[in-house]
Amino acid sequence: MKPAPFEYFVPTSVEEAVELLARHGDDAKVLAGGQSLVPMMNFRLAQPAVLIDINRIVELGYIREGDSSIAIGAMTRQRVVETSPMVRDKCAILSEALANVGHQAIRNRGTMGGTLAHGDPAAEVATVLLTLGGSVTVAGPQGKRELSPEELLAGPYAAGISSDELIVEINFPILAANETHGFLEMSRRHGDFALAGVAAVLRMGEGNICERARVALCGVAPTPVRATEVENQLTGKRLDASTIQAAAELASRAVDCEDEYHASREYRTHLCQVYVRRTIQLALERWGNN
Amino acid sequence: MTTMPPASKQAGEKWVGRSVPRREDLRLLTGRGRFIDDFELPQLKHAAILRSPYAHAEIGEIDVHAALELPGVRGVLTGREVAAMSRPFAVGVSPAPKYYASAVERARFVGEPVAVVVADDRYIAEDALELIEVDYRPLPAVVDIEAAMAADAPQLHEECPNNIYSQREFVYGDMESAKKEADRVVTGRFLFPKYGSTPIETYGVIASYDPFADQYEIWSNYQGPMVGHALVAQALGIAENRLRWIIPTDIGGGFGIKTGLYPYIALMAMASKRCGVPVKWIEDRQEHLIASATGTDRLTEMEAYVKSDGTILALKDRAIDNTGGYIRAPEPGCAYRSIGNHTGAYQIRNLEREVLVVGTNKCLTAPNRGYTCQHLYFSLERMMDKVAAELDIDPAEIRLRNFIAADQFPYKTATGGLYDSGDYAAAFRLALQRFDYDNMRQWQKEARAEGRLIGIGLATVVEPSVTNIAYVGLAKSYLERRKEHPKSGSGEAIMVKMDPLGKVHVIAATNPQGQGHDTVISQVVADQLGILPDDVTVSNVLDTHQRLTSITSGSYSSRFSSAGTTAVVLATQRLKEKLFRIAGHLLDAHVESLQNDSHKIFVREQPQRSIEIRHVAGTAHWNQSGLPEDMDVGLYGVGFYNMPTSEPPTEFDQVNSSNTYGFIAEVLMVEIDPETGALQFLKWVSAHDAGTVINPLLFEGQLQGGVAHGIGGAIFEETAYDENGQILTGSFMDYLVPTSMEIPEVDMIHQETPSPLTALGSKGTGEASAMSAPAAIANAVADALRPLGIEVNELPLSPNRIWHWIKDAQSSPSQ
Repeated sequence: MKPAPFEYFVPTSVEEAVELLARHGDDAKVLAGGQSLVPMMNFRLAQPAVLIDINRIVELGYIREGDSSIAIGAMTRQRVVETSPMVRDKCAILSEALANVGHQAIRNRGTMGGTLAHGDPAAEVATVLLTLGGSVTVAGPQGKRELSPEELLAGPYAAGISSDELIVEINFPILAANETHGFLEMSRRHGDFALAGVAAVLRMGEGNICERARVALCGVAPTPVRATEVENQLTGKRLDASTIQAAAELASRAVDCEDEYHASREYRTHLCQVYVRRTIQLALERWGNN
Repeated sequence: MTTMPPASKQAGEKWVGRSVPRREDLRLLTGRGRFIDDFELPQLKHAAILRSPYAHAEIGEIDVHAALELPGVRGVLTGREVAAMSRPFAVGVSPAPKYYASAVERARFVGEPVAVVVADDRYIAEDALELIEVDYRPLPAVVDIEAAMAADAPQLHEECPNNIYSQREFVYGDMESAKKEADRVVTGRFLFPKYGSTPIETYGVIASYDPFADQYEIWSNYQGPMVGHALVAQALGIAENRLRWIIPTDIGGGFGIKTGLYPYIALMAMASKRCGVPVKWIEDRQEHLIASATGTDRLTEMEAYVKSDGTILALKDRAIDNTGGYIRAPEPGCAYRSIGNHTGAYQIRNLEREVLVVGTNKCLTAPNRGYTCQHLYFSLERMMDKVAAELDIDPAEIRLRNFIAADQFPYKTATGGLYDSGDYAAAFRLALQRFDYDNMRQWQKEARAEGRLIGIGLATVVEPSVTNIAYVGLAKSYLERRKEHPKSGSGEAIMVKMDPLGKVHVIAATNPQGQGHDTVISQVVADQLGILPDDVTVSNVLDTHQRLTSITSGSYSSRFSSAGTTAVVLATQRLKEKLFRIAGHLLDAHVESLQNDSHKIFVREQPQRSIEIRHVAGTAHWNQSGLPEDMDVGLYGVGFYNMPTSEPPTEFDQVNSSNTYGFIAEVLMVEIDPETGALQFLKWVSAHDAGTVINPLLFEGQLQGGVAHGIGGAIFEETAYDENGQILTGSFMDYLVPTSMEIPEVDMIHQETPSPLTALGSKGTGEASAMSAPAAIANAVADALRPLGIEVNELPLSPNRIWHWIKDAQSSPSQ
């Protein structure tokens, strides 16, 4: 478990990093927190010829509160975001989801940009981004551009950014006063990848009417996915037990996975229904307690 | 976690029985431990191992040219060279399949060594592995126990038709009468999974061949038994005194898994000889998970012949173990190690047993904390519950009705085990009481009525320790055994010496892996001499050239706390005898009239006639002609202790397979989420009787660790393969070790029934709930799922598996 030889660069600015990426392109990998890349290199599953270590780009470490969204620099450690009182206050679903990302030691190193660039099908941060409808800013030779979560989540372990681009910022919309949320996942052990996970944000009106629902799943498809049929079923309805149950049953339509050692496809599909129901119920209870 | 108050430091008090803090901790916690990877030698080079990616494949040409040309590479050793440089390892079955330190012409499991590269560093060595080209010709693989014995199964070894390595049948007692007397027969079929223990430190070896002396020097974190030393010497074709084998003080866990290390010692010895440099190999975690060792997986079919009142008259069973691509000593011990305690805590006098050990394309096996007692008790304790259910008797009651009674000890089991002491019913009742068993059963009924899946699980088991190596003899019939030299024993050696100023140093080779032996040794010596533990220093290194060892040396089968401490007592007593004889000589007094405190030896009736211990010691060292005439110089005592009960098997295949036998009672409660199959512990009481507790702090640590391993085996851990023999659990992402988050608080009860066989009355307890928790958890889950008509006959109890059971039960028409 020793990596293959590689060339190593340590840029200190985004410009410098982008320049290195432009020069080395497909041969290069960006090293952020290294919590996925380094094990993959040690297993020699990844053998990049060039490693561009962006840990010294201090300008990429920040959390900024805007009017309607929170901007987070790509190199901000997950643990910093998780424990930020402002994030907990304005975008609690993100704090809650982050608590499920590996273990604390992993989140101490793991970065917000790193998890999105890595593109794991069970990634919680990407699932929250998808649910909230945030955006990702990438820098490349042609300057910066903005990606929607759907554009970013192009495939498993294949973020929709080109090899000369670097994620620099992630924008998470702030939850509105009439929005409630939930995040739940099932994993074998605390900190393991989700067998199934659910993020939900509900915009609520009078009499428990759901005006808008955003629900996304992780761990059950090649990338985190929106459960649009669940959302449609909830939208415009008064959220009682039978409505929630009917919506939860539609979660299986979003599932696209194979049998594997820890969970059969059938089990994962079933878990989605259970966890969608529980997550919506959790969101609703919070709304009721407000 | 409970923290113990530090032991106060007053001489003359008893130190055994107190939570003396571990003297090892300061060194370990400040990073000053010296583990195998911390050792260096001049010119040391580093090895990496090329391993088979196939479960089963012919190995053709191995092209190493490109690897040899990589700068920094010092040499390559291939399987064919291994076959030329060594003999197959000896193993206790015949005919024995040929097992070398590397695959030779055929690989038989994923991860089997195929070649070794030696280079300036490990990075280069691994780069070179990628440059070796091997012409593999894949063969069909078999991974399933029953499939391996089928007529059309791929054959692993010519010598072993139907992939059977070992097969024996045993009958104890009078089965025919028991069968006639029985009111009914209860049957069960159980599948116990393959899993290991993942010690925090992986295997490591440094090997250095000296061509001038024709001698090998080995450093490794091998845990024993030193049978491994004999096996490696034999494989290398050298006399044992040409193989110096050193095991450093610090080892990061063993759990039996590190008994499987010795083939790598032979492999690295050959690599060193072949490449002409000293070689270090540190196993990485991936290598460990795919190719070090695990416990066996086992299929058991069992029948219990019972009376209507719950009395179990007889057991009949057939157990098939799977040692993987080869059979490696101490296997086939898996099939025979627990024979003496096969009937557990119960008075079952009749047993018919068939054992088979088969080969499949899985990685090899070794003892794994509990060494198949978890397999045995999974079957036996599930059977106890099944009998209880069939007879409509409470599972606690059925156990109480069948226990060996307190006044029956020492108790000889039908299979030849000699249980030294115990009071099983008393310990079990303590556990039931603490658990509030009757009220909890009532509460369970109410919770069930609400639709909750609540289960209470029991397991009451005998914990054997201090292996008698004789048990492996059972792999052969009495007639075959008679042709060979008998084997038996469990010996441990300790030397205690006193320096000229009267301080004590202990020279030990007990090979600890984190158990705190040095702390315990200092407690025991302090009590024997009436001094302070702090006055005792300990050097604990196993070195076959510089320490006293026996073939049974090492730390395995929970030997130290009973065999080891008895050797310490013997050695210290001999030192004390000598000290008193010198004092008597100097005081002109009879030895019998003398007594000592922490500083002086004095005449009991005339305390003013005294001499300081340091002056007695000083005389022994500085004035050697001042000693009694018939006395050897040197102030030391040697204790070499073998349990008197370690005898060879009888002609009727009875054998006392261990020497001390403790007791464990688990009483626990779980809840299953019917929607997800997830399991949660609600309550757990664990009662242990391991004789005298030497150090409650260390004892508690062992028990908690045993619980964690038991939970691992019951719920999380499995070395899993697909049908082609590809491993599915090659990293910690998929091989799930329980963390502190998955381990509930367990209420521990200690009962002390001293062993008559050991100086302190202590027994082993290093395996503990690793043996009993899988059975107890399975019983709890079975109890929870009983309303759904679900049987629990296999592990691990993953939520996926439980959910599928529930779903199938709910969709089956009979429900």
